[in-house]
Amino acid sequence: MAFRAAVITFPGSNCDRDMAVAVEQASGTAPIRVWHGDAELPERLDFIALPGGFSYGDYLRSGAMAARSPIMRAVIAAAERGVPVLGVCNGFQVLTESGLLPGALMRNAAQNFICRTAALKVENNQTLFTRGYDAGQTIHIPIAHHDGNYFADEDTLDRLEGDGRVAFRYAEPCNGSRRDIAGILNRAGNVLGMMPHPERAMEAEQGGSDGRALFASIVEAALITA
Amino acid sequence: MSEITPEIVEAHGLNLEEYDRVLAAMGREPNLLELGIFSVMWSEHCSYKSSRFYLKQLPTEAPWVICGPGENAGVIDIGDNQAAIFKMESHNHPSYIEPYQGAATGVGGILRDVFTMGARPIANLNALRFGRPEHPKMQHLVKGVVAGIGGYGNCVGVPTVGGETNFDPAYDGNILVNAMTVGVADQDKIFYSAATGVGNPIVYVGSKTGRDGIHGATMASADFDDDSDAKRPTVQVGDPFTEKLLIEACLELMATDAIVAIQDMGAAGLTSSSVEMATNGKVGIRLDMNKVPCREDGMTPYEMMLSESQERMLMVLKPGKEAMAEAIFHKWELDFAVIGEVTEGGHMVLEFGGEVVCDIPLGPLAEDAPEYQRPYATKDEYQAWAQVKPLGEIPESTDIGADLLKLMASPALASRRWIAEQYDSQVGADTLQTGGDAAVVRVHGTRKALAMTTDCTPRYCYADPYEGGKQAVAEAYRNLCAVGARPLAITNCLNFANPQRPEIMAQFVGCLEGMGDACRALDFPIVSGNVSLYNESKATGGGSAILPTPAIGGVGIIEDYSAMMRPRMTPNMELFCVGKATSNLGQSIWLKVVHGRTEGSPPATDLAEARKTGEFIRTLIAEGEASAVHDVSDGGILVALAEMALASDTGIKLGRVQDAGYWFAEHQGCYIVACADNSLLSLAAQAGIPCEHLGSAQTDAEITADGWNVSLTDLREAHESFFRDWMEG
Repeated sequence: MAFRAAVITFPGSNCDRDMAVAVEQASGTAPIRVWHGDAELPERLDFIALPGGFSYGDYLRSGAMAARSPIMRAVIAAAERGVPVLGVCNGFQVLTESGLLPGALMRNAAQNFICRTAALKVENNQTLFTRGYDAGQTIHIPIAHHDGNYFADEDTLDRLEGDGRVAFRYAEPCNGSRRDIAGILNRAGNVLGMMPHPERAMEAEQGGSDGRALFASIVEAALITA
Repeated sequence: MSEITPEIVEAHGLNLEEYDRVLAAMGREPNLLELGIFSVMWSEHCSYKSSRFYLKQLPTEAPWVICGPGENAGVIDIGDNQAAIFKMESHNHPSYIEPYQGAATGVGGILRDVFTMGARPIANLNALRFGRPEHPKMQHLVKGVVAGIGGYGNCVGVPTVGGETNFDPAYDGNILVNAMTVGVADQDKIFYSAATGVGNPIVYVGSKTGRDGIHGATMASADFDDDSDAKRPTVQVGDPFTEKLLIEACLELMATDAIVAIQDMGAAGLTSSSVEMATNGKVGIRLDMNKVPCREDGMTPYEMMLSESQERMLMVLKPGKEAMAEAIFHKWELDFAVIGEVTEGGHMVLEFGGEVVCDIPLGPLAEDAPEYQRPYATKDEYQAWAQVKPLGEIPESTDIGADLLKLMASPALASRRWIAEQYDSQVGADTLQTGGDAAVVRVHGTRKALAMTTDCTPRYCYADPYEGGKQAVAEAYRNLCAVGARPLAITNCLNFANPQRPEIMAQFVGCLEGMGDACRALDFPIVSGNVSLYNESKATGGGSAILPTPAIGGVGIIEDYSAMMRPRMTPNMELFCVGKATSNLGQSIWLKVVHGRTEGSPPATDLAEARKTGEFIRTLIAEGEASAVHDVSDGGILVALAEMALASDTGIKLGRVQDAGYWFAEHQGCYIVACADNSLLSLAAQAGIPCEHLGSAQTDAEITADGWNVSLTDLREAHESFFRDWMEG
């Protein structure tokens, strides 16, 4: 069975093509491109990706309007059924705004947009997204965001840590995120939101290919489930 | 009673002689709307009246040029039925008045010039000139401009991959913000601006028209004065979100066969777009101003025609395609309105409330536009005026290592990381190199990559306009060769002060002569460009002209990006200087930073040598003989070596003892090359290219020489400290 993935495009998404290319590189099958105004997702999906960008211009709050677009109701329903959902950068912001993940992404502590390659520590390699990494492995993935400063209250942070729901942590402080959190999972482990861009780290020519294992893990998980 | 008084004419930036030309063109007195249209079309910004004569003398052709200057952007063949489309443009005055919006809309405007022609933008670059860092406004200006460029480029999803930044007191009251966009299109999907087909509908798409930016083009064509704050309302406000939607909607429509012609509404908005489309197509145009989508009620045709609201385009569609096109724009939630039609007879007729409110013969509007050959100073007169001191006695350096640290910490050479990290340089996932000699972005889905660079050394242009013009082109050529690209063509952005001063005109004419000679010698034609004059400001106290700044944007191609070169070496590699080194310290950063002196002639560029050496470097790279390459420019050979050491996190052990003249002269035409062994010496000898062994890369994290050494830690700290301390300290 071919891997069936959907990449959602909101008005202002700008990493949707990059995400589609990465999914195809990892799975051998081009994902279905889905428009924000659609009310329904394609059937029998193995994976849904919410790409980076500036949905609705980041007006109001990053991700806030996209979280209320018609397609997100279908994405939330699919996530509740257990379909793996990955939100990168603006996609992570949409996931917190839609309530699929706890916390919020605030303006970077230094107020500036930051684009650089960040060292990340893989905190939990027992997830469908991270099984291709070693526990504690340091990987290098590009970041590019203005609002990547992860915030949640102390109780929530303790719970996330206790449940192994911190997937990635910045190896050194970079944007003011509480406990240097770069990516978190939902309770069921099938929704991952992360600020760094694994789809930009698929080939050595791009400066590194540490993102590949993440997509490979997702594809492999779908094969096992199937 | 005449509606048009001499005061009104003057307020529109036209002199009385030009107004007489308007009367002749019209055959009657114009009304206010017609005068407004003439004033923007005949402004320096739109008409190139002081520069056109000289621009025509620049070389614009080569077998790979598909479309040279005259359209929205230049187009070159990059093989496989694909084309690269690119241009650089200034947004100087708006950026001084309101740095964030001025810079942001500069990016928006140049993006539109490129996607108007059917290209998907794949990279942005920018060439920035600021005043003294200690100037009270400068930190605010730098922060605003950088945030504005990032705010716009990051949101539209086009990576900002390169550029340059200079500081000089000459820009204290008039900073320069030049933005460049490079896009890629299929050769059979390139769109031009000539309106054709009488009766074809004229369609307005994008954002609504507001009262912002009225008379921006006229403002851009006048000297600055103290009340620049009062001009803030003439600065447009950008909306990159709408631009992103406009890119996608236009490219979606361009994939069909509906479009006859398309033009973005840039400077002078609806006026210049409609006039240029009709003039280029030798047709007339009729617009119903009641149909123009407006942001507010009660706007007059005068305001609609002169507004510079952003993110708008004008198109001529094939008949019957309106509904299909409208559906695409509505899907992207953009305005779409049929506002007129192509007509016979060559007139621009505007109707409002059922009445004709403007009727201008387009032929005379274009043909009778003023063109000036303004007087310019002779070389001797210029040299006397410019007061460039001859190069005096130069003291020998007592500590080369200390000099190096001073240079690396100076604003001229300090790391630009603080700027670069505010730009998303990776979106698109095709960026292969930033921060080296040229940025490299691959052509999506192919093995090809485009290399891009912006270059100009304004202090050279001031000291010797001809050599400065040559050098800007030759440096762009070198930067492209250094990454292994074949240089193809350039765009230019010619920033000068008031052309009515003979000394400024001498700078302009001299720079263009040098530029033209370099383009011819290097087979590196100019395919697009922009002229920005009147860059001087009384804001800093009296007629201070900017340095002549003919910024060059160069584009080259790498056929297979696996052969791309970087300035990155590993320990034990041998290091060479390839190319003819001189010892002219005139106008060098070393002389300025270490001795506080600005003297002498800039280093000369030998164009024949530049070409020969560039071709040799490209051959070395193609044949796998070079492991790392870096161009020698500002700061000279030792600075180039230090930059390689930092980029590679690898130390260097230098061989022969050299003096400051060797290490810090800004040789034009040299490259540092790192190789696995010494075979380069014989290869260069066979090719007749000078080549000197400098030393080797080493595992010790320092630059070591006989008599001095500098640790990479100190070097990095020096290099990083300027922006960090200035912006975060």
